[in-house]
Amino acid sequence: MSLLTLDHMKTDIGQYAVLHDVSLEVPEGGVFVLLGRNGAGKTTTLRSIMGLWKPSPGTVRFDGTDLTGLHTADIARRGIAYVPENMGIFGNLTVEENLILATDKGRFDQTRLKRITTLFPALERFWTKQAWSLSGGQKQMLSVARAIVEPRRLILIDEPTKGLAPAIVAAMAEAFTEISREATLLLVEQNFHFARSIGRDMAVIDDGRVVHSSSMADFAADKPLQDRLLGLS
Amino acid sequence: MDRISDIMGRFGGVYLLPLILAALAFVLIGAPSSWATLTVAGLAMGMMVFLMASGLSLIFGLMDVLNFGHSAFVSFGAFVAASVLAALSGWLGADNVLLNIAALSLAIIAAMSFGLAAGWFFETVIIRPVYHDHLRQILITMGALIVSEQIILAVWGGTPITVLRPQFLEGAWIIGDVSIEIYRIFAFGLGLAAFVGLYLVLNRTRIGLLVRAGVENREMVEALGFRIDRLFIGVFMVGSALAAVGGAMWAGYETLITPALGGEMMIVVFIVVIIGGLGSIEGTLLGALLVGLTANYVGFLAPKLALASNMILMTAILLWRPNGLRPAVK
Repeated sequence: MSLLTLDHMKTDIGQYAVLHDVSLEVPEGGVFVLLGRNGAGKTTTLRSIMGLWKPSPGTVRFDGTDLTGLHTADIARRGIAYVPENMGIFGNLTVEENLILATDKGRFDQTRLKRITTLFPALERFWTKQAWSLSGGQKQMLSVARAIVEPRRLILIDEPTKGLAPAIVAAMAEAFTEISREATLLLVEQNFHFARSIGRDMAVIDDGRVVHSSSMADFAADKPLQDRLLGLS
Repeated sequence: MDRISDIMGRFGGVYLLPLILAALAFVLIGAPSSWATLTVAGLAMGMMVFLMASGLSLIFGLMDVLNFGHSAFVSFGAFVAASVLAALSGWLGADNVLLNIAALSLAIIAAMSFGLAAGWFFETVIIRPVYHDHLRQILITMGALIVSEQIILAVWGGTPITVLRPQFLEGAWIIGDVSIEIYRIFAFGLGLAAFVGLYLVLNRTRIGLLVRAGVENREMVEALGFRIDRLFIGVFMVGSALAAVGGAMWAGYETLITPALGGEMMIVVFIVVIIGGLGSIEGTLLGALLVGLTANYVGFLAPKLALASNMILMTAILLWRPNGLRPAVK
């Protein structure tokens, strides 16, 4: 059974229809990548899943439960974490405070914390620093770390490599592969080379519609299809 | 300007401003006893304004709500406290400090309880339908302020009401040539206690962490699993209760109150919030102390400029720091 099912989801933002018809099956485990050009509706899809924008009509089902119409906080409490494109860190809070805010009971599970600092050693170095003082890559690490400070079943990550140095992108790829051993990642990405390196399944969104869905291996092998859907040369 | 900021940053940053202002006033006033009296008066006034403004700053910062009705809580706090004090006039006049304290405590508790209840009603009925719409917020909260003044007029009448003070807060301490009103010391102490309490809640508790995070990015707080709308109600109620306590203290300070009290204080309260920076308790305290000290010093040195002094102060600070002295979000 799929972990997440989007069924004919349509989302309007104000008077503009952004998602026209998004249907998607995200299987449990591994990394599912959502590809597409700028403005295709990838971010809107993630925000609609989180209830930050309300899809109507259409349904969002998570592990068999209908999430449509639920409050964002209630959706998050069902085990879905969200890493937005702007990272959503709280700049005036310290690294520690950013992370502790995401814990369920206000205290860290030391085993998980150890795992986080192993994945992202920079966070330990800047533990008591205010988050605004971190570099772009460190902020992205903090944002991802916040999503895994408690066990989550699904993590939605929006363009995590945007503007990052190649070394940081490589570290992110390793971290995502590690994280995907315990949680399903739904990743929005424009960097196809990065997506190909970690994705197991994929879909392409264009003009608010899912126009292709397959395994990443099949898509990576079909160069003409990539050119047609992503404009890659 | 950057050079001045750098030098100040090395010695305590913007927190030095009240000290610089006091030092400047010391030179201009000349007489140490007058300076000391004015400084204590300014600090006391600043602390009372801090009580009124701290809630508004959090409401502004966290909820992005322009609540021009905030000063209605100041008025109601003043009138509720005045009524309780009048009802307990026997205790106030008694030569028994415990009875004095009991009467004052009951007046403050009554004002605070009214503020909490009125804050809940205000947020639920008036503010909630106009979230995310600043124009309608201004219109409806200004309307609510006018309605509140009319309710006060209907209940307490238009004649100025004399506010009784407890016996133990009457009089002054004389230290050398300096005379310091006891009530001002008490007002300063209460404001300081409120600041310490708020500071500890905001910086040492999970609720405080949520409020600070919510001031920065409400959406992300919700995406972490917290119902920020419930937090909004709590912050609104506490902010309203603090304003009511500020009003109660101000009533005792002025000793004569009219229904226009809230409207008169509204401008000062907004100036403090803007000077301090939205959503910041430390900034609000700093702004309130600067406003209190400036009003008293300028009132003594150049009485004709007294009314304009805080506007000039706000303009100067905004030219230097457009987001205020200590905004919660940098």
